[in-house]
Amino acid sequence: MDGPQTDIFIYNTFMTKTLKATQLTRRFGPNTAVNNVSFDLSKGEVLGFLGPNGAGKSTTMRMLTGNLAPTEGQVEICGINIIEDPKLAKAKIGYLPEMRPLYKEFKVNEFLRIAAKLHNVPNKKINESIDTAMEKCGLTHMRDRLIENLSNGYQQRVGIAQAIIHNPEIVILDEPTVGLDPIQIREIRKLIKDIGKEHSVILSTHILPEVEIVCDRVQIIDRGNLVFHGSIEDLKQQRRGNKLLVGMKKPPTLKKLQTLFDVVKLEKQDDLLQIIQFKSNDIDVEAFIKASIKEKWGLFQISPHITSLEDTFVQLTNQ
Amino acid sequence: MNMIFNIAMKEIKSFFVTPMGWIIIALITAAFGWNYFIGVNNYFEVMSGAIRPAERVGVTIYVGQTVYGSASFLMLFAVPLLSMRLISEERRQQTLPFLFSAPISIIEIVLGKFFGLFAFLAIMVLYIFVMLSTLNIWADIDFGYLIANTFGLFLLVGSFAAIGIYFSSLTSQPIIAAILSFIFAVTLFILERYFASQPNHWFSYISLMKHFQTFSRGVISSKDIIYFMLFISTFLVLTIRRLDADRLRG
Repeated sequence: MDGPQTDIFIYNTFMTKTLKATQLTRRFGPNTAVNNVSFDLSKGEVLGFLGPNGAGKSTTMRMLTGNLAPTEGQVEICGINIIEDPKLAKAKIGYLPEMRPLYKEFKVNEFLRIAAKLHNVPNKKINESIDTAMEKCGLTHMRDRLIENLSNGYQQRVGIAQAIIHNPEIVILDEPTVGLDPIQIREIRKLIKDIGKEHSVILSTHILPEVEIVCDRVQIIDRGNLVFHGSIEDLKQQRRGNKLLVGMKKPPTLKKLQTLFDVVKLEKQDDLLQIIQFKSNDIDVEAFIKASIKEKWGLFQISPHITSLEDTFVQLTNQ
Repeated sequence: MNMIFNIAMKEIKSFFVTPMGWIIIALITAAFGWNYFIGVNNYFEVMSGAIRPAERVGVTIYVGQTVYGSASFLMLFAVPLLSMRLISEERRQQTLPFLFSAPISIIEIVLGKFFGLFAFLAIMVLYIFVMLSTLNIWADIDFGYLIANTFGLFLLVGSFAAIGIYFSSLTSQPIIAAILSFIFAVTLFILERYFASQPNHWFSYISLMKHFQTFSRGVISSKDIIYFMLFISTFLVLTIRRLDADRLRG
């Protein structure tokens, strides 16, 4: 056994990377929508794709799914190049674009049957795969309803069902919770988490808590550039940062503090609490408490000052 | 191949889940039936009357001309109405990514849609054939003439369908697609009339009507078959290129 077949075999057996994007770039005329973005996705991982509106999330996803040709760069799906061998690669992807592509004149099960057929599900297995997808998405009791007549949330479920009907290696969901009510959002998030157990998932969103709840890994894209890439823990680390939230009855002056610690800034949060910004991220809190007792600052509260996710996001995207 | 069939089935289904498909079939077949009825009625009046025996024509040709003459004209209206939604509706509803992200090539998408529409139109073309064949119950009709006409009509509606699918790929407004393909098809269809005085002008060579006329005389000529095949493939290739540009240009 030699040649590309063997390579793919080895890749599938020994590597766990299901998707690999290398230096993806897309220009629309003079505008660069996505600039030199590289990342990969492991098996059974939920990757959150985060960014403000117009950051290039959807463009990236369209390139990953073969809906848009990249100006430069490569996309490999389980070791198969999507430009060189689109059919083989696309068979391994399930995609739900931002505007869900539903033929609304069909009933739910009719539409899913079309989706299964177009995704090469063998005839014998079509009924089974329709039932499984409907069950996973909680659509079983809606099977004979016209898609047109379904509520927004249920239509979104049909959209997710068509993306997982052929049991793909990778499921790519573009802003799956936009426009849903809070209860539906919760249900869809749970559904995505469940899907993430069996498939690799890429999820784009501009809602920060969503990433925290659903994803294992995050990447933040801004104006076409990847500005952050790491686990949720890394993002939380980023949030914790170099600030302490301190309550003192007789707070010292900045000068006094600077003689003792590497303090950059002292600001008042309100009448009682101050935010102290240190130079580095690892703050010696114990030393600070000792000093406060010694100097009698009247310390009554101390905690790390956690920047909100929004602040982190703003920080990262403004760099 | 299998995928072309799957897409074609999807299109046929969607003709029948909306009233459009049923209404057009009903109207068109009713119109054919009416023409057939008039043809048969008139045949007796005309042929039993003052006409000289040398100028008399057979019942197949007489009724056939009435029905096929009107069929080519009616299809000119029917096909744009059926073809308008093929791609423009997908653009409007933003469902094209569904097809583009499935493991199907753009060629298969376009061919599937074309053959889906063609199969739907074939129902009507075959309906005419069966209807005219019933003349055989009481007369000995010329099946060769019917087959040539059916063949010609197949090629003609195929050409209309190819025009329709191309204009449908250009816009996201089905009604604009319908109007454009209607105007374009009518122009090509009747071009020959305007150049009747110069039968060798190249304009009259590209007219659909000129090539259809061979078939309506009962002649199956390879020259005209090639013309229609080229015509259909040209517009299908243009459609494929248009959809491919979506992926490339975004």
